[in-house]
Order: sequence, then C-alpha cells, then structure tokens
Amino acid sequence: MSAPLLEMQGVVKEFPGVRALDGVDLDVVAGEVHCLLGQNGAGKSTLIKVLAGAHQPDEGHIAWEGEPVTLPTPTAAMRHGIATIYQELDLADGLTVAENIYLGHEQSRLGFAQRSRMHDAARQLLRRLGHPEIPVTREVGDLSSAGKQLVSMARALSHDTRLIIMDEPSAVLAHDEVDNLFRIIGDLTAAGVAVVYISHRMEEIRRIGDRVTVLKDGRTVARGLPARTTPTSELVSLMTGRTVEYVFPPRPQTPGPKERPMLLEVEGISRPGEFEDVSLTVRAGEIVGLAGLVGSGRSEILETVYGARRSASGRISVAGKVLRPGSITAAVRAGIGLAPEERKSQALFMHSSIAHNVSMSSLRRFARAGFLDSRSELAATTEAVRSLDLRPPDPTRPVRTLSGGNQQKAVVARWLLKDCRLLLLDEPTRGVDVGARAELYMLIRRLADSGVGVLLVSSEVPEVLGLADRVLVMREGRVVREADALDLDESKVLDLVMEGSSA
Amino acid sequence: MSQQTSPPGGSGPLPATGQGSASGSVRQTGPSPGKGSGPAFLGHMGRVRNLGLFVVLVLLCVVGALTSGNFATRQNALVILSSAAVIGVITIGQTFVIIGGGIDLSVGAIVALASVWCTTVATQSYGLGGMIVCALAVGAVVGLINGLIISYGNIVAFIVTIAMMASARGLAERISDRQSQVVTVDSFNSIASTKWLGIPLLVYILAVAVVLGWVLLNRTTFGRRTFAIGGNQEAARLAGLDVRRHTLVLYVLSGLCCGIAAVMLTARTTSGASNLGNLYELDSIAAVIIGGTLLTGGRGSLIGSILGVLVFTTITNIFVLNNLTTDIQQIAKGLIIVAAVLIQRRGRRTAAP
Repeated sequence: MSAPLLEMQGVVKEFPGVRALDGVDLDVVAGEVHCLLGQNGAGKSTLIKVLAGAHQPDEGHIAWEGEPVTLPTPTAAMRHGIATIYQELDLADGLTVAENIYLGHEQSRLGFAQRSRMHDAARQLLRRLGHPEIPVTREVGDLSSAGKQLVSMARALSHDTRLIIMDEPSAVLAHDEVDNLFRIIGDLTAAGVAVVYISHRMEEIRRIGDRVTVLKDGRTVARGLPARTTPTSELVSLMTGRTVEYVFPPRPQTPGPKERPMLLEVEGISRPGEFEDVSLTVRAGEIVGLAGLVGSGRSEILETVYGARRSASGRISVAGKVLRPGSITAAVRAGIGLAPEERKSQALFMHSSIAHNVSMSSLRRFARAGFLDSRSELAATTEAVRSLDLRPPDPTRPVRTLSGGNQQKAVVARWLLKDCRLLLLDEPTRGVDVGARAELYMLIRRLADSGVGVLLVSSEVPEVLGLADRVLVMREGRVVREADALDLDESKVLDLVMEGSSA
Repeated sequence: MSQQTSPPGGSGPLPATGQGSASGSVRQTGPSPGKGSGPAFLGHMGRVRNLGLFVVLVLLCVVGALTSGNFATRQNALVILSSAAVIGVITIGQTFVIIGGGIDLSVGAIVALASVWCTTVATQSYGLGGMIVCALAVGAVVGLINGLIISYGNIVAFIVTIAMMASARGLAERISDRQSQVVTVDSFNSIASTKWLGIPLLVYILAVAVVLGWVLLNRTTFGRRTFAIGGNQEAARLAGLDVRRHTLVLYVLSGLCCGIAAVMLTARTTSGASNLGNLYELDSIAAVIIGGTLLTGGRGSLIGSILGVLVFTTITNIFVLNNLTTDIQQIAKGLIIVAAVLIQRRGRRTAAP
C-alpha cells in the first residue's frame, strides 16, 4: 500500500458540554474510496468539518502527504486539495451554475469576471461528470437535488482536488442517479483522487468501497477494514458496542398497554417523497417509537399527525374521531401536543419568560373576556414547572437562560398544562446532556403512566428501544417492521434501517 | 457614542452629555440584574430603556427652554401634544404590527384616502357621524385588504403595504381630483378646536388610544399572542395559534388607527386632501424603532413608541421656535434613530446570557 495521502491521529474536538471527537484515527490513500461508518452522533459531521477547515481540532495530528498540516480555514483546506460535498448542499440558489462552480475563485482579469472562459470551463467540468446537458447559465435554485449535487461536485473539481469528502451523497438521489454518481467516483479514483464516502447503506459500501473506518461516540473503533469482505454483523456490532449507557425507567407491568383504550389511529397516510402508506396506533399510556435514519420520513409523520402537514391519503383519528386533515387547531383541540425537533426555532419564544412559553397554548384558560389573569397564569405555570422538576423552578425567568433539557421540559409543560392526551416527541433529547436525559426518560414514562399516549421519534436507536413499548422501524418512508421493543435489539434495528431486511 | 447622538447645530453639548448618561445607565444596569429574579429583571430592562428615552425627552425640553423663551409655556406644551396626537395614534397601530413581526408602510396613504373619502360632498351630506364612520371604515377595510393579502396570499408585508401605499394614495388623488375638499360640517371641524379643561380634544383622543392600546398589548391574550407571533412565527403556529387570522387583525387594527388619525388630521386642516399624511409611515416607524421595539418583532413597548413620537415632535417644535430650517431637523432625526438603535443593541447584548 502506498503512503497515505491523509493521516489523522488522536484528533479531539470539544464543544461546550460535548466531546464530539474523542480520539479519531483515519488514513486515506490516493485513489481509494474510504468509507466512514458510524451512527448519528458518532462524530462523522464534526470530522468532516475538521477536514474542511471549518472546525479546529483541540488535540491530535493531521498529516497531508506525510507532512504535518493545520487547516485553519476552509480556504486552506481547499488549497491543499480537500473538497467537501455536504449533505445540505452549500450553493447559492440565486447564482448561475457557472457562478457557483467558480464562487470564491472567479476567473478574472483586472477585476472583471471573464464570463465566457468560466462558462467554457464549467461546461467541460459538467461533461466530465457525465451531465453536459445542465446549462451553465441556469440559476442553481431551479435545479433538482441531483443537479445541485453535480454542481457541487463540479465545484470540487474546479480546484486541483486530491481528496473529496462526500457526506451521504446518495441520500438525495434517485436510483439511476446513484449509478451515475458511482461511475463518477470510479473515474475520480482512477485518476488518483481519494474519496471519503459517508453512507448508511451497506450495499453502496460493498459496491464502491475499498476500506472502512468505523466511528463510535467520537472515537475510531476500527480502521482500514476491507469494505467488500467484512461481515455486516461485525460492522454493526462495532458501531453499536456502547460505552455511554443510558438509564431507562422500567416499563409498567400491569395493566399491560394492550388493554388500554385506543388513542391514535393512523391509517394509510402518505406524502409523496416523504413517506408512503404509513399506519400506526398509539394506545393511552403507551409509548410508541419510530426508529429510522434522518430523512426516512419520521419527523414528517409526526408533523402530519399534528396537522402541520397534510396527508395525500388515508386518515388520522383520535379516540375514534377523525381529525380534520392539515389543521393544527383541530389536532390541538383533540388533545395532541408536539414537541418539535428544533426546540429553539420551532417551539420556544426566546424573548419571553418560562411562564409565557408554558402558557402559550392554554391562554384561553387564564383569560376572562380576553383579559389575562396573570396571577392564575403564574400559579398554574409554577405548578407545571414544579411537577416536571424544571430547574430553576422560577417560571418568571427568561426561557433562554435554561439548559437544553430544561427547555425541553418547558415545551412538555406547555402541553401538560393544555391537558394533552397524546404527546408527539421529535428528538426529545437532542442537545441534552447525559444526566438530564435520564431525567427526561423518567418524565416521559411518568406521563405515559398517567395515561398520556406518546409517539416518539429519535435517531438514537437505544433511546427508542429503551423507552418505547412498541417500535416501528422506518426505511425510506416506509414502515419495514413493527414489534415490541423487547423483541428487537440495536443491531436488528440497524440492519433493518440499512439493509431493509432482518438479519 | 456621545458624538453620534448629539444633534448637530447650536445645541451640541447638552444633549451630548444627556445621551451619554442615558446609554451609560443602560450599560451599567444591563449585566448586574442578570442574577436577580426574573420579572424584576425583565421589567427593569424595559423601564431602563424607556427611562433612557424619557431622559432624552427631558433634556430636549431643557434645551428648548434655554434656546427659546416661548418653549416652556403651557400654550407650547399643548401645541406639542396636539401635533403629536395624529402621528401618535398611527404609531399605536404601527407598534402592534411591528411587534407582531410585520410592517405597515401604507399608513400615510390610508390617512389620505380616509381623509378624502370622508370629505366628499356625498359623505359630508351625512354629517358628523357619517364622516367619522366613513373614515374609520375606509381605514379598517384597507387594513383588511393588506392583512388578507399578507396572511392568506403569503406575500411579505413590506411588498404588500408598499403596493398599498401607492394604490391608496392614487385612489385618494382620483377621488379628490387632487383638490382640497373643504369641510363644511362645523361639528366635524370642531373636533380639532374643542377644548376640555383647556386641553384639546385631540390630546384626549391620543390619551384614550394609548391607554386602550397599552391594555390590549399587555393585559390580553391578543397582546400576548402578538408578541409570540412576532417573536417566533413557526413556534406560534406549532403551539396551535391561528397565526394568519391574528396577523390579519393586526393590519385591520393599524388601518383603524389610520382612520381615527384621518378624522383628527382632517378636522385640524378643515379639509380633506390626497397629500395628507405624507411620510407618516417613516415617522411612525422611526418612533417605534427609537421606542425600543425590535423591527424583527417579538419585543417592544407601546410607551416607548409614544415617547419616541414625543421626542420627534419636541425636536420639530424646538426647531420651529428657533426659526431653524427643516433640513437640519431631518439630519437630527436621522442621527437620533441610529443612536437609539445603537444604545438598544448595547442593552440587549449585555442582557443576553
């Protein structure tokens, strides 16, 4: 094997409260496709950003062609020939294809952009990528995701690129487009370019990968495994063997949830491109988990149940009554509450106090003829805040001063105050530290024990398995398996999520 | 900072120190109450911000008194308040709209249209009541159209209300044929000339509007939801609030305020004209901004807005009393807007966690 093009040793990156990278080793040789494997939160994104010059590592060494380097800025990474194709493609929608490709290094003379030269060069790059039909004068915003990805790749190639990092490139592509992507990757590696390829899909890793490095909890747990021959079971167990143990509250023994009344019935809802023909039920007092990758349609299902999106077919009923589709008001009236994925941007009013955040959905309760009775509002929110053990227990404090876990509690308290019967939780522990997680788990279980139905979405498989009574595994918008949480384990779920078939 | 905030012209040093101390008080009190209890902390911040503006107003009065013998008279105080009344009522509606995350650029044009419509020969034949009802209805309906297009047509407020600004004034010109329409209904004109206990009726109207506006904004579910929708529209939607309907009502409210203002202004000038209310959109937005309301919504104070109106009106008054040209007055206004925003940002930054 030739000397590595890139070598990383013991790279550590800390963010406030989180050690995102905790000793990452990686070596990539020229002309190979090096696959990076790891669960959500294993540190892949952070690793990419370190290589792209967007984050600075706190410890560790990076060597480029045997020489130690630092990558203080994205420009420095680019100069060395490292290009990154992010999942959320970082293109300027309002600029043309050619302008995007040459963004930041426009061909110019005396400060005037040389349009025709850039257009010719851009056309050549797109031809090389097998897509000469993309017009270089078209605005990027008009292109499909696949088209945007090609522009992103052309941009990478417009530099003298030696290493291309691709973050789940196939996630935005249709089937035949994936074939073209693989052909391009083949051409690139044949020309001596190295590719770091991130994907959850086993069959892709088998098809184009040369070697695999596995990350888990910010650490390299295996490096340079042969991509074609390493058994799936071995890779999965490497990804899952946990060091962080979660503490989950015990499930209630009696009465079993199956005897409880039916609360939510979802029958055959679909949204083209998001999810298809999904049916599920939640009983009072039951926690149902949706497991699956980001983009498998989980959050979209929650939002559809909540009326924030409208299903193209099927129906949703709560306690036997069919909900008006696409109406949040109807859902809230039926007793549904949503704790959305992005707490800060979707749930909280950061300028306001905890009390105002908690009471927002039940203002009518504290009003007489439209006038607010702030004393009864404060009393009720204080009680809600106390019962959830939100700290500090002073509801007059600004909500922005709370920690992530306590902000989540404030969102839950809002629905508690509204006497909600069905709680939809989307990634309830995102951005919440480990200690506070256990507390949230207890809280969710306690709510369920009091008769609330819970529909839970989480990217962290152990969380779904540990907390839920019943689990639905999603893959590409479809439910591929429904089972009692006790009948599944992490590797089974990951197999289902990645391969679509139970191992 | 003190350099930037001092209005140019002869009255340099005094306001300069005044602004300096105002910004200084914000700076000092910002971080310290962070550890304190919540409501006191929030209330304190709000009070400090309004206090700063209040100090500015007091200092302006001192400047006025020093530069002109006629300033510190009861007569002049009433002149200031009367001229603040019209723009004050408009600013109340504007404050609601901006706190709710929008903007209304059509307020001046609505005033013109309502003024013209309620002074046509046909409307005047209905007498005082008919004219008032007409002005209020025109204001509310134009606001309703704004709100419908913004909420249900999903077009941003800036575009919709700038379009309305053009169209409404155009319609006013068409109805009036660009002629002044003299009001012959004496009882209507007396709205501006009536005084109770020596204080003009216009000032009472402003006072009542401020009280009602304050209660609506700070003591009702409507006000609370206005803050929520302006602060985080997506979160408000997901919390189950009817964001569209609420936004619609905000523009109707603003239009209604313009209708009231049109009655006041028309009575003052004793005629309806299509050029009334010119640049009122800028004056009202400027007052809201220096009053400490975030232009992005979610946070603000009605009292601040009214203080902002009084600051601008007082400046104008001082310039008029000293026979200074309006160009310098415009420059001073611009500087005050920028300085006020700089001071507020400082206050916010120190308050952030």
